[in-house]
Amino acid sequence: MATAPVTTPGTGPAAPTGRSQTGRTATATTARGQRRRRALTGWAFAAPFTVLFGLFLAIPVVASLVMSLTDLRSTDLRTPLSVDFVGLANYVRLFSDDLFLRAALNTGVFVLVGVPLTMVLGLAAASALNSGLIRLRGLFRVGFYLPVVTSIVAIAVVWRLVLDPEAGLVNALLRLVGVDGPNWLGDSGLALPSITVMAAWRNFGFLMVVFLAGLQTIPADLYEAARLDGASRWDQFRYVTLPLLRPTLLFGAVVTGIGYLQLFEEPFVMTRGGPLSSTLSVSYHIYNQFGFGNYGYAAAASYVLFVSIVALSVLQFRLLRSRD
Amino acid sequence: MTTLQTPLRGRDRIARAVLYAVLVAGLLAVVGPFLWMLLSSLKPEPEIRQVPATWLPETFTLANYRELFDRLDFPRFFANSALVAILVTAGNLFFCSLLGYALAKLRFPGRRALFLLVLGTLMVPGMVTFVPQFVLVSNMGLVNTYAGLVLPFLAGPFGVFLMRQYLLSIPDDLIEAARVDGAGEFRIFWRVVLPLCRPALATLGILTFLSTWNNFLWPLVVATTEERYTLPVALALYSVGQGRIDFGLLLAGAVVVVLPALVVFLVLQRHFLRGIATTGLK
Repeated sequence: MATAPVTTPGTGPAAPTGRSQTGRTATATTARGQRRRRALTGWAFAAPFTVLFGLFLAIPVVASLVMSLTDLRSTDLRTPLSVDFVGLANYVRLFSDDLFLRAALNTGVFVLVGVPLTMVLGLAAASALNSGLIRLRGLFRVGFYLPVVTSIVAIAVVWRLVLDPEAGLVNALLRLVGVDGPNWLGDSGLALPSITVMAAWRNFGFLMVVFLAGLQTIPADLYEAARLDGASRWDQFRYVTLPLLRPTLLFGAVVTGIGYLQLFEEPFVMTRGGPLSSTLSVSYHIYNQFGFGNYGYAAAASYVLFVSIVALSVLQFRLLRSRD
Repeated sequence: MTTLQTPLRGRDRIARAVLYAVLVAGLLAVVGPFLWMLLSSLKPEPEIRQVPATWLPETFTLANYRELFDRLDFPRFFANSALVAILVTAGNLFFCSLLGYALAKLRFPGRRALFLLVLGTLMVPGMVTFVPQFVLVSNMGLVNTYAGLVLPFLAGPFGVFLMRQYLLSIPDDLIEAARVDGAGEFRIFWRVVLPLCRPALATLGILTFLSTWNNFLWPLVVATTEERYTLPVALALYSVGQGRIDFGLLLAGAVVVVLPALVVFLVLQRHFLRGIATTGLK
């Protein structure tokens, strides 16, 4: 970044106006005064945000870590002196907590199934709309994006009805072909896949928009050249689109993965984590422990989640880089 | 985007037909549930649960919507949602552009460190800060207040990043000229710089408004009585009533939650989608 030091006459930003003579005669003291005024101005602009951000975001990030090493409970808020440091006890407890392990397993499934599913849907939609064969692109784009801007609670209301074993649309369609549909959300084996599919349905529109933007940065003459070499549509996709889209795909995978790792609202509003904890996620577990007043324990679980998010991002970067 | 210059060959025609079929099926699968929600909210309760399910209401009724107002305090939830979303949006536009301007255009010690700190928290998931944030808000005595609902979201790192990137593209000469004319720094920011930032402000505004309108976890925890419920919280809490769920009421509620966000999105979608696309590429 180019800086324009005030002490260097002639090169200062005011130079083109021809008023730099005053700068030339400036003594060291006024230069220092000017620098101080600049610093004050800068911090005056930065202060309002920094105070709010520090108080409500930066400090809580650190506080969460500290809290996770204590036995803080909601009942301690009025008498903070009774709180003890317990070291890693909360973390030890987490990994012997069957519910947490179940939640971690479920969250793993959400990520491992949800991310590829959402990516494929998003990429398919983006490629189709980018192919040049399709009109009304705007209509499709906006339509596919609708669920992304819609409240998850409203979506859950609709989907619970869509998946209702009796009155639901899905089972009505299945009945047309003579199949007796199951109770999608009431079956402990089906609830998790049902919610994963719903989450992919809800989120692929975001990836579609990101991928569309990525696709449009690929120069058209590359496809032209590939076509002249006799490459089929699939070949073009495989050898031109995918490699050139890698940074965008990486971004999409990381963002979607982070989203699924934190999945909370979908299981909360669809199944309350049930049946039999089959849709309990790590975030939901944190929320529950928080609700029980176990703040230290909940903070520890949230840090485990944080570390997994960072680990996932690093892993994805590595994986995609190493394929070069 | 490339347009078609040459007439379609046979293969392309087939490809196009297949693409259209897939896209239309996809669109139905995405938009269908919304349409069904809207249509079903206009049916009486027994018809909603009718087997086999129907699309068009046989008996058209607004009873479900009337019930929102008779049985629940829906106008209040709506007003709460709107108030929180507007305050959070206004706060983000102001605070983020202030810092964005400082980071992009002013030189002061600690500038780089501050930017790195803001960038660093961009990755931190809400679940991590959630418990200490609640402890803080609770210690400040702000549980179940509008301040408690709004304050933690007034200044987010994403907005700073977006505004800073945009502000970097605004020429320094312009600001320098205003300085030479003797304008104060805040006046320059307010009168010269902000008007030039309209596209970025619009993107940030829409993104913030929609995410706040749809925010769920925080208001669920902080709003403890009906007076402070936002729409999503009210809807979620009423959807787990004892015994049989009143689907008619819920569907009407869902329509009321979805419509404002949908209108904002549809009216401003060009801007919005472009914003998503560019932030996604960076």
